Amino acid sequence: MALKRINKVCPRFPLVVVGDVIELIDLGRDPPSSCSAGPTGDNMFQWQATIMGPGESPYAGGVFFLSISFPVDYPFKPPKVSFTTKIYHPNINANGSICLDILRDQWSPALTISKVLLSICSMLTDPNPDDPLVPDIAHLYKTDRTRYEATAREWTRKYAM
Amino acid sequence: MSSDYEYSDEEADDVFDDDDMGMQDEDSDGDDGMELDDFKVPTKSTRKAYELDYDSLSQTAVEKLMEQDVEHIRGIFGVDASTAGLLLRHMSWNKERLIEKYMDNANKMLVAAGVAVPEPEPQRPSRRPSRKPKSPAKSETFVCSICFDDAPDLTPLALDCGHAACAGCWSAYITSKIRDEAEHACRCMAEGCALVAPDAFVRAQIDDETYTRFEELLVRHFVSCESHLKFCPYPSCTNTVSCPAAASKMSLTTVVPIVSCGARGIASTSGSMTQSQELVKQTTGKEHKFCFGCIIDSDHRPVVCGVALLWLKKCRDDSETANWIKSNTKECPKCMSTIEKNGGCNHMTCKKCKHEFCWVCMGPWSEHGTAWYSCNRYDEKGGVDARDSQSKSRASLERYLHYYNRWANHEQSAKLALDLFAKTEKKMEEMQITSTLTWIEVQFMKKAVEELDKCRMTLKWTYAMAYYLAKGNQKDLFEDNQRDLERAVEDLAELLESPIEPENIPTLRQKVTDKTVYVQKRNEIVLEDTADGFLEGRWTWNVAVDGFDSPEEAAT
Repeated sequence: MALKRINKVCPRFPLVVVGDVIELIDLGRDPPSSCSAGPTGDNMFQWQATIMGPGESPYAGGVFFLSISFPVDYPFKPPKVSFTTKIYHPNINANGSICLDILRDQWSPALTISKVLLSICSMLTDPNPDDPLVPDIAHLYKTDRTRYEATAREWTRKYAM
Repeated sequence: MSSDYEYSDEEADDVFDDDDMGMQDEDSDGDDGMELDDFKVPTKSTRKAYELDYDSLSQTAVEKLMEQDVEHIRGIFGVDASTAGLLLRHMSWNKERLIEKYMDNANKMLVAAGVAVPEPEPQRPSRRPSRKPKSPAKSETFVCSICFDDAPDLTPLALDCGHAACAGCWSAYITSKIRDEAEHACRCMAEGCALVAPDAFVRAQIDDETYTRFEELLVRHFVSCESHLKFCPYPSCTNTVSCPAAASKMSLTTVVPIVSCGARGIASTSGSMTQSQELVKQTTGKEHKFCFGCIIDSDHRPVVCGVALLWLKKCRDDSETANWIKSNTKECPKCMSTIEKNGGCNHMTCKKCKHEFCWVCMGPWSEHGTAWYSCNRYDEKGGVDARDSQSKSRASLERYLHYYNRWANHEQSAKLALDLFAKTEKKMEEMQITSTLTWIEVQFMKKAVEELDKCRMTLKWTYAMAYYLAKGNQKDLFEDNQRDLERAVEDLAELLESPIEPENIPTLRQKVTDKTVYVQKRNEIVLEDTADGFLEGRWTWNVAVDGFDSPEEAAT
């Protein structure tokens, strides 16, 4: 099922790689200006994505890499998305795990990778400190915004440029 | 099953008459008819203090209860059954709150339950989700929004919201929801759409096996919402027990709600079975006995849930291992390796880091110089404290082990009961051959083994109870009863093991029968007295137990 959606093969067919990646086309047709994604190698279940730090955030100028792995029953189960670039953010921990509702219980089979990446972009601009993955950063974000931004900028310079 | 521990078999059988779920067709108490007069205990008529009323329900019976609720809501709201069902499930089957909220704002309720689409324009509250999802005009360019397939033979399907997807995707989606996530509410696949697929829609998309699972999920959800119902914890059993007496958490300090889902003793089809097969069936297919009040899936009478759980946790925890390490070992002061000293002098050399130290003061050996065994760095007060704390931990360890060993012993014996059953069966056959007794007349052996098994179960838990009972007359009395039962049980066990010689079979029969009745009585006394004690609030504990006064308060 997953490959069909990734590769546009028929749902009931055995998992055979046939051709164009429809989501890539989707991504290319309506490209979120700041993201890109595609398979890393022959394995169509393993993708790499990049996100440009949004201009209005402390991550501006940085290029962040993410790894996306598709479960076999994609799109009925959410893809596993995580940052491979270190990032200072209340909803992203040291392992790169992302706390985002649409990647967990709010996942809908109608969501696409481009929508997920856009959601991550908007999460970079507007962190959600009330549902933090890293409580320390969330606390700083709420109490001392300038220091949070300074650290985030520094990490971006150090790890994402 | 013995005559006097039966709860409500008649009722259970009634319920199961129309049962079509794949129950094991165990033999229903085959011995009911051939009950031996020898085993009749005169006090049969009244219900014992340690028993309580409950009903066993099959999945069909629970479904009937659900239907009643749905009918009730249907009548009040004037909606169809599917809508009423979705509303009830959304509100966790709380009819009062559903009615209140629905009367308050019907449309809001329908949207929240995923029955209706939120629309800006006002909408008829009783709008029903159409059974046949309207298929959007099937244009030649239908592309499934989920798999992006555009094959011409795709069937677009959608709920009331109109978010179409191909039938294959719907089927895969609903199947994965039901089978992988155990979710009965399948929402529309579109992003942010909260519409729930009605049952008829679900049914149309999935295979029979998945639908059976779906029905079970609905029943499980209903059962979990009702405090007086509990699903049988045995694997693949789909029966439910209704026990209003144990529905509240408070009642669990006074009763031990051991119930049986009735999965054994249904549909007696044993007519063609030979008697030995019957016996095997009965021993392997024991009735599904479990506690209504907690997660223990076996009989833990006489002890109440709180104490039983405390004991199990203690046995499971490594705390006692740590206790042993604490009382038997010390750590190397340098590398912290755990060392058990089993002889030799106090000049220790750690095997791991080669650190040399004094076992008494734990200081480096080099500082001792030539003051060999008169350890002059030994702090008098510190030494006494250390010894005190060590002997204390040792005593508590010994106390625990005393109770634990007996508990484990009875558990082990109960596990071996299966072997005993088989052995007994052999003996019974042997007896038939060597004596003039008929099959029915040698039933006393089986009866004795059954009783033995039951009593071991009780005994096992009395040790858990005794471990936590506060010291005092009550505990002494309890332990006296326990001792009497244990002695009787061991006597009976010995009798059963004794060799059979043709000439002494009549005396053996007499002895075993007498002992069985005696053991039965002793067991009843323990159960009854303990149960009474809980009702009267007579028992006090040496630890804090949920629902009871804490040990300090009780002491004052």
